Amino acid sequence: MQEWASQLCENRQFGSKMTDSKYFTTTKKGEIFELKAELNSDKKEKKKEAVKKVIASMTVGKDVSALFPDVVNCMQTDNLELKKLVYLYLMNYAKSQPDMAIMAVNTFVKDCEDPNPLIRALAVRTMGCIRVDKITEYLCEPLRKCLKDEDPYVRKTAAVCVAKLHDINAQLVEDQGFLDTLKDLISDSNPMVVANAVAALSEIAESHPNSNLLDLNPQTINKLLTALNECTEWGQIFILDCLANYTPRDDRESQSICERVTPRLSHANSAVVLSAVKVLMKFMEMLPKDLDYYGTLLKKLAPPLVTLLSAEPELQYVALRNINLIVQRRPEILKHEMKVFFVKYNDPIYVKLEKLDIMIRLASQANIAQVLAELKEYATEVDVDFVRKAVRAIGRCAIKVEQSAERCVSTLLDLIQTKVNYVVQEAIVVIKDIFRKYPNKYESVIATLCENLDSLDEPEARAAMIWIVGEYAERIDNADELLESFLEGFHDESTQVQLQLLTAIVKLFLKKPTETQELVQQVLSLATQDSDNPDLRDRGYIYWRLLSTDPVAAKEVVLAEKPLISEETDLIEPTLLEELICHIGTLASVYHKPPSAFVEGSRGVQHKRLPGSAGSGESVESPDTGSAAGVSDAPPAVIPSQGDLLGDLLNLDLTPPATTGPPPPATSGMQLGAMDLLGGGLDSLPPIPLRTDTPQSPQIPHQSPSPPDYSPTELGGDLGGSSAMGAGFGAPPAAPAASFSAPVSGGLDDLFDLGGGVGMPMGAYSPPKTVWLPAMKGKGLEISGTFARRAGVIQMEMTLTNKAMSVMTDFAIQFNRNSFGLAPAGPLQVLTPLSPNQSIEVTLPLNTVGPVMKMDPLNNLQVAVKNNIDVFYFSCQYPISMLFVEDGKMERQVFLATWKDISNDNEAQFQIKDCHLSSDAASNKLQGSNIFTIAKRTVDGQDMLYQSTKLSNGIWVLAELRVQTGNPTFTVSLAQQTVWSNHCSDCAANY
Amino acid sequence: MINSLFLISHSGDIFLEKHWKSVISRSVCDYFLEAKEKAGDPENVAPVLQTPHHYLISIYRGKLFFLSVTQTEVPPLFVIEFLHRVADTFQDYFGDCSEVVIKENTVTVYELLEEMLDNGFPLATESNVLKEMIRPPTILRSVVNTLTGGSNVGGTLPTGQLSNVPWRRAGVKYTNNEAYFDVIEEIDAILDKSGTTVFAEIQGVVEACVKLTGMPDLTLSFMNPRLLDDVSFHPCVRFKRWESERVLSFIPPDGNFRLMSYHVSSQNLVAIPVYVKQNISFLETGSCGRLDITIGPKQTMGKSVENLTVTIPMPKSVLSVNLTATQGTYTFDLTTKVVLWDVGKLNPQKLPNLRGSISIQTGSPKPEENPSINIGLQIQQLAISGLKVSRLDMYGEKYKPFKGVKYVTKAGKFQVRT
Repeated sequence: MQEWASQLCENRQFGSKMTDSKYFTTTKKGEIFELKAELNSDKKEKKKEAVKKVIASMTVGKDVSALFPDVVNCMQTDNLELKKLVYLYLMNYAKSQPDMAIMAVNTFVKDCEDPNPLIRALAVRTMGCIRVDKITEYLCEPLRKCLKDEDPYVRKTAAVCVAKLHDINAQLVEDQGFLDTLKDLISDSNPMVVANAVAALSEIAESHPNSNLLDLNPQTINKLLTALNECTEWGQIFILDCLANYTPRDDRESQSICERVTPRLSHANSAVVLSAVKVLMKFMEMLPKDLDYYGTLLKKLAPPLVTLLSAEPELQYVALRNINLIVQRRPEILKHEMKVFFVKYNDPIYVKLEKLDIMIRLASQANIAQVLAELKEYATEVDVDFVRKAVRAIGRCAIKVEQSAERCVSTLLDLIQTKVNYVVQEAIVVIKDIFRKYPNKYESVIATLCENLDSLDEPEARAAMIWIVGEYAERIDNADELLESFLEGFHDESTQVQLQLLTAIVKLFLKKPTETQELVQQVLSLATQDSDNPDLRDRGYIYWRLLSTDPVAAKEVVLAEKPLISEETDLIEPTLLEELICHIGTLASVYHKPPSAFVEGSRGVQHKRLPGSAGSGESVESPDTGSAAGVSDAPPAVIPSQGDLLGDLLNLDLTPPATTGPPPPATSGMQLGAMDLLGGGLDSLPPIPLRTDTPQSPQIPHQSPSPPDYSPTELGGDLGGSSAMGAGFGAPPAAPAASFSAPVSGGLDDLFDLGGGVGMPMGAYSPPKTVWLPAMKGKGLEISGTFARRAGVIQMEMTLTNKAMSVMTDFAIQFNRNSFGLAPAGPLQVLTPLSPNQSIEVTLPLNTVGPVMKMDPLNNLQVAVKNNIDVFYFSCQYPISMLFVEDGKMERQVFLATWKDISNDNEAQFQIKDCHLSSDAASNKLQGSNIFTIAKRTVDGQDMLYQSTKLSNGIWVLAELRVQTGNPTFTVSLAQQTVWSNHCSDCAANY
Repeated sequence: MINSLFLISHSGDIFLEKHWKSVISRSVCDYFLEAKEKAGDPENVAPVLQTPHHYLISIYRGKLFFLSVTQTEVPPLFVIEFLHRVADTFQDYFGDCSEVVIKENTVTVYELLEEMLDNGFPLATESNVLKEMIRPPTILRSVVNTLTGGSNVGGTLPTGQLSNVPWRRAGVKYTNNEAYFDVIEEIDAILDKSGTTVFAEIQGVVEACVKLTGMPDLTLSFMNPRLLDDVSFHPCVRFKRWESERVLSFIPPDGNFRLMSYHVSSQNLVAIPVYVKQNISFLETGSCGRLDITIGPKQTMGKSVENLTVTIPMPKSVLSVNLTATQGTYTFDLTTKVVLWDVGKLNPQKLPNLRGSISIQTGSPKPEENPSINIGLQIQQLAISGLKVSRLDMYGEKYKPFKGVKYVTKAGKFQVRT
């Protein structure tokens, strides 16, 4: 009774306001009981009020699940509000009471048939939110109907429901074919439905990184672009993000998409604007730079980006993080907008720091005066972090814009005069960097710096100061005193300072040996005997021994000239930047990390790349991204299947050398299509085995025939596929497989043409370079290369490209043990340091005297390359043909004898179809690659070529090649006496 | 997309949560609260935070944090825009967006959130559409509902959601047809010690209040549209017409909405309406300083400057100030150390002046930073950029509407360095 009274009291208190807070008042014990009674009341109004009370309790985290049946009973009503409230309750508790939730199913199914589309949509929407397996079974049928509902409002709700269902039970969605229905909705007549279908598909695709759910082609793109103009702002974001994944076929298409996306830059919703910027930034890559439209587009991008900065601070922050990327990729867009990045007094700190970063990126000779004035202003602000960053920024300006260095230094000196402790310390740290960039220029300020020695209490600043004293010891009269003063508290210093102090005193000693002997001994003993830090001790010993054994060498080592520090140390590495540009507007762009680095599992390692430029090509693209064809996700080393490899060898072997001129008349008869006429006849010929004599040797893909059509059948695991070879036969490297799945006749024909056109002087075949080590993995070092046999020497030809920001030096190379004992015959000759964005061609002669270990695939080679940054490992595959030695011509007698010796088990037979070469031409071509014709005879109109070749490890391979005039199919039998040749025959059986 | 939303008071109390997918424990907010603790000032909490399994994206509005939790890669701007939209909707429905108001209207808040997002995808965010489905609580309606048993929730299909003009509801009727446009410009500027403009730009908006019957099609044209550097439009504006003719052609939403916002950047000459002569200095020895500020009109285009305020955040070591103002009143907040001088209308004949002494905690050193002076002002009947509406035409309906345009210029982030 008392309870009731207090409630009444409360009700009166709030009664006049009639707000929901009254629902919070029933917190006492018998409450559930009371609510139960109210829920079962006959009066509609009372029921509704009761449900409201239940919801209110639920929202504050009270457990009202006991009322489940009573609340569900209220569901059967035509009052929409009551229905919605019950739905709210259901969604919350269904998970904990799955059996009870089933009770609601009937009502849902009934509601899905309701004449009111709002009710239909609501039912299907709510059902999808009830995350109970049992319910999902009942959901399928209503959902299927709703996906095809006549009312677009229902369809668009159903589209989202598919995504919900997928989240609960992905298999069910696939089994029920909902994904296809969803794909169909992309072509819906209603833009809102299209947008929701795109949103749902994008979400589903995120958990299936490799599924091709959003199959974008020019038709769907067109539909999306049409829907883009008419759907809601949120729909526009979904569609734009989806568009960004598309790779246009050419610059024309790219331009037309850009033209249709540009109006979105004027949208009031900043997320729409940024998504549009992403699409434009990406597709712009494909536009030729000399195009007028390219310039127009660049101009159009600046104003919306600037406007983003006048929005709420949270939006500004995200915008700034993205602008940071854009400025690095295309500085020209915002180069005149420096002022909008000026920091305002009341910006939140996270905005201030980002603005500062961008200011430095935009700093140039033209605006440096303005920037410096601003930075100086910031250095007197309140926030310590911000002030520090501002001081550091001044130093970065000095390093970036040479003309401003003097001004920067004097500004820093002014700041040091303020004697504000942390300002002084930051200033000294950056002045050290300025010294390193411009040696022997600003040393006059050292005196001022030394005055502040005592106020330095941060390790970084102390270390910087000690470095300066050590480096310029000869100009500082009392350098020894200064360093000595630091030495007193040696053990209390941080490691950074200790190491620096050690080095500085050694430098001082080398410069002024007479006065400082005692000091150096003192520091060496402190470092080696009294310290338990291994780094310090080791460095101490190194110096000690250097000094004691060879002071001249010590001088050369310690006082060696240092490389200048590079201008911008904090730029994002170009390949990462490219990827991030593709992710503008996403979390990745805020963190400046690729999504694979932080998104949990779901996305896999799907790296996005900017499309290549169509017209005037840009050098920044890495080779594997250059193809506008759209295989942008292809891994750098495509391992081709056997078919490619075979076709490749064939091509190299049989294409007539360019020097021989046009093929002999005999070939003219072997035209395309002749295969069909004669193919059958050849197959019926009895195979003639051929043999090899060398014991224990790995078997070699030698004159292997090309299968009649592209077939993934493995020709012995040992043979493997060589990427170098696979990519090497002249077809576009991006799509080696494609050329084989094309009609074989056309494909090989092309190859022959290409092969003939290449015209190697020796006739030796060398595949084009492929990327072995992508810059992403090589910390900026990209290596592409190939193998060749030139004048009897096996060579590894590499292009080293420095895509990092700093100079690379000290290159060295090593091979792992491999099947043929390949090893570098000399050191890697990279004489000059490799500066950023520079490429160098290196040729490394190889020998075959290294340690042997069987690799899988056989021609696999594991390589380690070292430079001053790190050691990188990659593996590549070499064409076996480069191992064929020049003296591989076997004596006729020997050949015959050997041929007979080899057992049938060690034979293999293949057919090469579609080679339009005469036997002579083939023989010539093969000889170019050190495969020698021993004898030739003609039986029944067939030319039989008996051939031999020798591998660098002394293994002989013998072969017989049967060529029938007018028939493009060659039959090859090859044999060798090896343990592995069984593979050969096994594989032969496959054909 | 968006998994969950938590509303957190500025003191760190989580008072409301809503999940659109599976329930995420509120313990996820601990990461946020930790970051908030670290940031000190609630305004300084970074809007995007990463936790081991979730991403937290938040905004700070009306002393409340709107914290959304997502599990997958989402465009953060999308989430932030949405959160602001939620806050706007609360403001619109309840007249205020504060903890008290939200607690008072929990059920409506839940209903709204449920309508605004489905499975983390925005559903209905246009206030017109929402109001058709969930009527805002008014005292009158509450009384009527209690008497008649009526409900807050509309039973009709939100027609707008399906039409080509989702922002406008069908069947609008008014007895007085009127359309008002407010051109509001804010000057963001940084002036240096000597009064030179370091940076200045104008952020402008055209706010509309359109109460017209039926489906009117409006065309608004400006005298000097080329002035505008960058424009963003309400979705109702036909972009093509703007591109080709520089006129705003649109079917307006019903009621209040922002028709367009624009930007006049520092490249164009931005007029600065007032000048500030100031001198704030702290003595090297002794614990005191001097302050002397005078404000005068500069480029006001003959209009008078009103609601002039001056805010000076003093260094933390300042104990008290002893000032005299020739006009208006000043206050000094002891905890935030902010001097607020409410000047009122600027009289060009007798320039307002504030001067006096500042006393600093004894023993503390001379403050390192220079306080910055923030100016607030308003100029009626003037768009400082010079933008002028030339005419408004209506097509599609027969009646003659009443039309009006108002201009006002305000100071945005207008600060003077010392």
